[in-house]
Order: sequence, then structure tokens, then C-alpha cells
Amino acid sequence: MKKEIAMAIVDFASPSRFLKFADRAIPWLGGVTVLAFAFAINQAMIAPDDYQQGATVKIMFLHVPGAWLGMLGWALMTLAALGTLVWRHPLADVTAKAAAPVGAAFTLMCLVTGSLWGRPMWGAYWVWDARLTSVLVLFLLYLGVIALWRTVEDPSRAARAAAILTLVGALDLPIIKFSVDWWNTLHQPASVFRLGGPTIDRSILIPLLVMALAFTLLFVTLLVAAMRNEILRRRVRTLRLMQASAAS
Amino acid sequence: MTPLATLLVRDMRIAMRVGGGALMGVLFFLVVVTLVPFALGPDLALLKRIGPAILWLAALLASLLALDRLFAADHEDGSLDLILMGRAPLELVVAVKGLAHWFTTGLPLVIAAPLVGLFLNLDVPAEAALVLTFLVGTPALTFIGLIGAAIAVTLRRGGLLLAVLVLPLTVPVLIFGVAAANAAVVGPVPFGNPFVVLCALTLGSLIVGPFAAAAALRQEME
Repeated sequence: MKKEIAMAIVDFASPSRFLKFADRAIPWLGGVTVLAFAFAINQAMIAPDDYQQGATVKIMFLHVPGAWLGMLGWALMTLAALGTLVWRHPLADVTAKAAAPVGAAFTLMCLVTGSLWGRPMWGAYWVWDARLTSVLVLFLLYLGVIALWRTVEDPSRAARAAAILTLVGALDLPIIKFSVDWWNTLHQPASVFRLGGPTIDRSILIPLLVMALAFTLLFVTLLVAAMRNEILRRRVRTLRLMQASAAS
Repeated sequence: MTPLATLLVRDMRIAMRVGGGALMGVLFFLVVVTLVPFALGPDLALLKRIGPAILWLAALLASLLALDRLFAADHEDGSLDLILMGRAPLELVVAVKGLAHWFTTGLPLVIAAPLVGLFLNLDVPAEAALVLTFLVGTPALTFIGLIGAAIAVTLRRGGLLLAVLVLPLTVPVLIFGVAAANAAVVGPVPFGNPFVVLCALTLGSLIVGPFAAAAALRQEME
């Protein structure tokens, strides 16, 4: 019990600098995000329809950022997992925990928009294609990690268990990335970041990149806010533990 | 005997004696496979086509059976602390426990697979391919499962969480196991292509599993 309280006090003290930073940064980040979305949505609206896909090409403006940020979320959790296991940094625990639901939400956005696009284009909401399957596995892994965080009561113990699962799950990221190269998939191959330049026309590529920037800003804002909430939640937990041990 | 051999014998002995041992997994496997014709109807042509997939799914579920007790039982009676304090490297210890688990749950499935395959109207080449994929693939299931078992070691209700954590990681094994078994029967790719990938997955999990599980145990048991 005493050791737990001591650990909790360490948690209490160290991330307070981050808390100060977060309090200042969140309004700015939120403001910039809103501006970026205002610009990006405008760009997306004036982007021309595709000659084959018609207006459904615009679903891509949500789908692709969702996919990128869903993968970025797990990559970030992987780095945080190293921070947890190697340096035992409490802020790494907080980052990993806060990134999981945010990343899961973006992955879900990718899956939902993808299947809405797939219905008119491929004729089915879902096909068991390597790219789609590996992203679905990523989503399931996210849910598993979130479940693990919720099952283990002690936060630092939960962080270490989740860190190991995150590192193992990171093996899915290259599978997602290269699934369109390794297997003959219905999903189109990489068309933005590739040798020889993007295969998308500028009139659609630029709104896509602007949209991706806006969503990245949203991701960062949500992440910082979630981290702040998590730190505050831990403080409440610490205060409760101290109160309980004072009462006994 | 060396400590690792002792551990292997001990773990297998416990698995054989407690709760029906190796037969329990096979029985579960048989029950799951028996349920399928009730759900799909007894169409032998259909069962023949999807037989390998059903057997692989059943094996995947059966391999989860005793997994949540693998480290938890040792944790509860204190022997895990002794093992951690011992001189043998934890990664090897975990690998030996995994091996013992495979001998008592995976290997019986490999042996039972051809018999159970008869229910699904599999012919001889399909049976042979299936046994080969089981022999190569089930160790991967066990060793991936080790990671989940180690993470869930101190949880009171780890069983369900374990399944949720482990099953997504086993997707590649399932894909290539079924692909290889099907390739032997209907093609179009030769049996070797998916089978080699399955071998690679197993070899990879033989390394990743013990290291990740040992790391998890060290973190949990502090």
C-alpha cells in the first residue's frame, strides 16, 4: 500500500509540467484545427468529381486521413511503449493510454468511410481483402488494448502490460502498409507516397493533403486533451488513495 | 535432469492429470466440429470444401482452452516466483512451458485431425495436407498465446480478455494454415507457397512469443 502511494505521488509530481503546457496549448491547437478544417472543407468542396467515381471520390478525403492517423496512433503508442518499458516514464504511460481511443476512432472512421465508398464502387460494403482485413485487425487490437487498460486497476502495471501488447501488435503496421504490394488486392496500391511521385491528379491531391493536415491537427488536439484528462484522473486517484489511507 | 527438462516433465504431468488433460482439448475440438454440420446442414460437398477452414477454426479455439491457466496457476501457488528466481533464463523457461503446453494440447489435435476430418468428408490428400499444416501451425498458436497468457497472469478474470488479445494476433496463422490446406485440394496456388509462409510465421512466433511473454512476466511480477 505504501509503495503504491509513493508511486502514485511520483505520478502526481512529474507530469505537472506537461499539464501547464497542455492548458496553454489546447485553445491554440483547437483554434488552428478549426481554421484548418474551414480551409480544408472548402478545398474539398471545390475539388472536381472524378470522371469514373463521380462525387464518391470525396469520401477519400475522410478515408485516407483516417487510415494514416489510425496507423500513426499505433506507431505513437509503440514509441510510448518503449518509453514505458525502457525509461519507466509516467508521461509515456499517459501518452499510450490516451492515444488508444483516439487512434481507434480514426481507424473506425477509415473502416466506415471505406465501406460506404465500397458499396457503390465495388458493390459490397465489405470484401475480405488483405488491406481491409489488416486494418480490421488493427481496430481489434486497439479494442483489445483499451480493454486491457480498463481491466488492470493499477495504472503503472496496466501500462507495462499494454506496452508489451502494443509492441507485439506493431507487427501489424508493416502488414497494412505493404498488404497492397504483397497480395493482389481489390484495394488500390499506394498512390500518394510512392517512388515516382503521386498518381493522383493535383486537383484532388491538394485538397487531400490539406484535409490530412487538418485531421492531424485534430488528432494532436484530441491527444493532448486526452492526456491532460488522464493526468487529472490519476491525480484524483492519488488523492483518493491518500484520503483512504489517512482515514484508516 | 536439468531444470528445464524437469519443468517440461512437471508441466506435462500437471496438464495430463488435471481436468482430463490432453483429451479435454481433443474433446472440445470434436464438439466444435460436430456443431458445424448442425449449423450448415449435412451437405457433404459443402463440408468437404470448407472442411479445412472449420478444422483450423476449431483448433484455434481449442488451443485457447487451457491457456489462461498456463501462468496463472503457477502464480497462484507461488511456483512462478520460484521459477523467476531460478537461474534458468526466463525466455527459455517460458519456451519450455510453451512446449509442454503444445505437447498436451497442440499435438493431440494434430493426431486427432485426420479422424475428425473424416466427419467432414475430407479425402486422403486433404487429410495429409491438413495434418502437415496442423503440425507446423499449431506451435505458432501456442507461442502467440503465451504472450496473452503472460499479460493476463495477474488478472482475476483473464480468460475472456486473453481471447480478445490473442485471437487478432493469430489471424495470419489462420489465413496461411487454411490457404495451404486448401491449396493441396483445390489449388490454384501450389501447396508450397502458403505452407512456406506458415513455416515462417511459426518460426517467427517461436522467437517473438517467449521473449514478449518473458518481458511481460518480469514486468507483472515486480
